[in-house]
Amino acid sequence: MDEDRVIICRCEEVTLKRVRELLDKGLHTMDEIKRISRCGMGPCQGKTCRPLLAQEIANYLGIDVGSVALPTFRPPTKPVKLGVIARGDECD
Amino acid sequence: MRETEIAVVGAGPAGLCAALAAASCGAAVTLIDREERPGGQLVKQTHKFFGSERQDAGTRGIDIGRRLSERAMSHPGIRTMLECTALGYYADGVLCLEQNERFIKLKVKRMIVATGASERMLAFPNNDLPGIYGAGAVQTLMNVHGVRPGDRVLMVGAGNIGLIVSYQLAQAGVKVAAVVEALPKIGGYAVHASKIRRLGIPILTSHSVKEAHGKEVLEGVTVWRLDPGWRGIPGTEMRFDVDVMCLAVGLSPLTELLWQAGCEMKYVAELGGHVATRDDNLETTVKGIFVAGDASGVEEASSAMVGGRLAGYAAAASLGYCPDFETKKKQALWELAELRAGPTGEKIRKGLAALRGEAC
Repeated sequence: MDEDRVIICRCEEVTLKRVRELLDKGLHTMDEIKRISRCGMGPCQGKTCRPLLAQEIANYLGIDVGSVALPTFRPPTKPVKLGVIARGDECD
Repeated sequence: MRETEIAVVGAGPAGLCAALAAASCGAAVTLIDREERPGGQLVKQTHKFFGSERQDAGTRGIDIGRRLSERAMSHPGIRTMLECTALGYYADGVLCLEQNERFIKLKVKRMIVATGASERMLAFPNNDLPGIYGAGAVQTLMNVHGVRPGDRVLMVGAGNIGLIVSYQLAQAGVKVAAVVEALPKIGGYAVHASKIRRLGIPILTSHSVKEAHGKEVLEGVTVWRLDPGWRGIPGTEMRFDVDVMCLAVGLSPLTELLWQAGCEMKYVAELGGHVATRDDNLETTVKGIFVAGDASGVEEASSAMVGGRLAGYAAAASLGYCPDFETKKKQALWELAELRAGPTGEKIRKGLAALRGEAC
């Protein structure tokens, strides 16, 4: 399979090849892979790639996908312009 | 800061029913949805529902959605905020929202998370070519926006979504080349599968996508047969020249707010991924936060409506409304058990048992 043509994270264009390289380097958690590759940090905030990456890690380590730890979920759930937050709530 | 007694995040079948139930008891409800109109996925479900009469069997999903939306929008106890996204939930009970580029803080006493689910993707070569869609996205394109996605489609997944969307594509005059299913058997209801087969559309079980082809856009898909270990068998490849591929390979619950709130989450494959553990009232391990619908475990719209109603009554009861809560709860639990009875409910029963830590 041409791993370079398999997209895991569409938003950040992270390929399966890149993920497997990182796994081979010893990065075995979603958090580590996210920090190095930005996988899951794009506009959709991982909605598309999270299950794919978890499955890839599970396959690599030979573990159940349910035991792959997910990265921490933090606000905001979607990208927001800084100005929106900087203006604050007009009711305050 | 704005305040509300009960915030319901998501105005799909679960959220609408939750909001209506809570408001009918007298609670002040704020119903929040990202889209410009309420209804969630009901807005595109042109097929008639099953179940019993109580759950609107025989009525089309769009009509159920319209009716619930009208009731919610005109209810004096429900404030509806549309084109409004929940950005984050904080431990002091503040829900942060974004609406038309405005930042809004909402202090909530209770929150019902009815955020639904997102479509799953598959990893295969060229899976980023334009023309590869989620099946639900194609259903929205056709039934809400009136746009044909293309001329020839390959459907991946023979669950109910894959089967129903295949049929609706055919109704719209789009050629469906085949339905491909990785499992050895069709997952959706036989009545939907039979409609597909009568149209002469082949359903290939134990098959999956090997790769997609195309330069700028999708031009074709190669599928192959899978062995019992889910590996493709070389020599069994079949190529379909299609300009659209729909992926109907399952949904993942949208649970960000529950994670942020610190709810205990558990991975249950039968429910679509990580879901919140909860009690009979659909209250999570964080007091005052409830779940309903696909966000609490991927199921279908009828049970989402009943679950939403239960969560709505429970949230209202926890604030001192709804004096006859126990009766209403009993009724809802009975309806859920009925909807989940029989062979079609086996997967969900197994998933819920696993979530409770029981063997089924």
